[in-house]
Amino acid sequence: MSRYIAQRLLWVVVVLLGVTVLTFVIMHLTPGDPASILLGPMATPEEVAKLNQELGLDRPLVAQYVIWLGHVVRGDLGRSITLHRPVLGEVWLRFRATLVLTAGALVIAVGPGILLGVLAARWQGSLIDRFSIVLTAGGVSIPSFWYGMLLIILFSLKLRWLPGTGMYAPAGEQTLPDLLVHLILPAITLAGLPAAVITRVTRTSMIEALRGDYVRTARAKGVRERDVAFRHAFRNTMVAIVTVVGLELGFLLAGAVYVEYVFSWPGVGLMLVNAILTRDFPLIQGGVLLVATTYVMINLLSDVCYAYLDPRIRFG
Amino acid sequence: MKRFLRNRGAAFGAIVVLVVVWAALMAPYVSMAPPDKTALSRRLSPPRSPGYALGSDHLGRDLVSRLVWGARVSLTVGIVSAGLALVTGAIIGIVAGFYAGRVDNLLMRAIDILMGFPEILLAIALVAALGPGLTNAMLAVAVANVPFYARGIRGAVLLLSGGDFVEAARAVGATDRRIMVRHLLPNIIAPMVVFLSLNIGWMITEMAGLSFIGLGAQPPTADWGTMLADGRAFITVAAHVVTVPGLAIFVLVLALNLLGEGLREALDPRSG
Repeated sequence: MSRYIAQRLLWVVVVLLGVTVLTFVIMHLTPGDPASILLGPMATPEEVAKLNQELGLDRPLVAQYVIWLGHVVRGDLGRSITLHRPVLGEVWLRFRATLVLTAGALVIAVGPGILLGVLAARWQGSLIDRFSIVLTAGGVSIPSFWYGMLLIILFSLKLRWLPGTGMYAPAGEQTLPDLLVHLILPAITLAGLPAAVITRVTRTSMIEALRGDYVRTARAKGVRERDVAFRHAFRNTMVAIVTVVGLELGFLLAGAVYVEYVFSWPGVGLMLVNAILTRDFPLIQGGVLLVATTYVMINLLSDVCYAYLDPRIRFG
Repeated sequence: MKRFLRNRGAAFGAIVVLVVVWAALMAPYVSMAPPDKTALSRRLSPPRSPGYALGSDHLGRDLVSRLVWGARVSLTVGIVSAGLALVTGAIIGIVAGFYAGRVDNLLMRAIDILMGFPEILLAIALVAALGPGLTNAMLAVAVANVPFYARGIRGAVLLLSGGDFVEAARAVGATDRRIMVRHLLPNIIAPMVVFLSLNIGWMITEMAGLSFIGLGAQPPTADWGTMLADGRAFITVAAHVVTVPGLAIFVLVLALNLLGEGLREALDPRSG
């Protein structure tokens, strides 16, 4: 097991390096040079050249990358052009908001998703199964940014039950109940697609498991049908479920962009959209890097989880 | 074919897709208000008001007309970006699967690194670099989806390239390129079509999303995503400017997904 984890860790380091290279290259694809953007249209060519030199932008790309990576490793992501603050602090602040949203959505997606999938598989062809099929087909097709606005129209504007914008009430103390109330609609919106996917995967792998020989044996031994389903079959669907939850967690992190935009949730996604529209490249770079790093770590975690659940993976 | 038609979901999907394609093709020949024609005195008319079957937006533009013209944009971007991703992914996948060994290792590790980014984030980062706009967004979404195609196709090719027919082709002196194009490619068309049909809906959603947050199609293009973005400011007074274009995206994507599922079931003999 520890050898497997060591191998995965080594590979993660390689992927993370690759992620930094790619982030760096993508940001250097941009037309127009940062110095003239920083200085604005009134700057003389001499001023631009001078700033380029100060920023190290006149050096070869590889040298620039190494210097930049050195800063990144030490936690220095540069300064935001529009906010005039260090990128790291800003990105970190925004990232916490995204994590809250993602965690909320995960809680909403996982429980009901697994439950519905198991029930649908247990009573295949029943009303609840058909309900799950319709719901998942809709869930994977509905655009989150539209679904979010529908929720705002219904619950915030018509019924006035829940707030539809921001993370806290504008005036007032930032209390936990206030946060939770603001979290409900965005979290439900973000949870839509992952809930559908989790339901689908749980249902399929549970149906598969219920066809297994050990299930027939258990039934032949006279084990109660409820125990057959939940003790025998369900255990064997865990690998599939953990895998899909890991994948969906990655989707949640990035998919949060649209939801944050709709609900003005002050997370990394909303920050990225604004940074792109104002061409604040250090901020974009920092945000992209942080989200991608988290994503790689989540994948590592889910790899380790299912190696733990399924011995065939660690010894294979 | 029979199995495909017996699937009610797939049949519904096929009909909806045909209707949307037909509407998109006929847009220039039908007499209706041009999608950009404004009528400020009649802005935000509700659906079913005279002259506006689905209402008008904040500039008094006819939503029916904008929907129909927007269908052209949505279908085009969906097909073009999925096609681009498919072709690039197929080239990488076939080469990796066929040569195996070191080439495969190198290509797949590069794909792994690309997959170190969540797909939506990669698309957004690429748009950030290229600059907002419909063409750039299309390119970005295509590139972000290449890894999935490359991986899937490589897996299929890897299974096939050990097959007798590849051996036989090599024995009669076929070149590598000929084996890849004439022997391997035809054998993976079915899974590719299925994957493509399941992916187009996602591409359309993603493009609409990028347009919605201002990174894709730019106003005044009649695009479903920009229609949603335009409407967002007016949901307090006229919800239909948001419900109508969103419903169009939802129904089209649902139809495409059901169609893709149907194709998959019909082409994959294992699933019952």
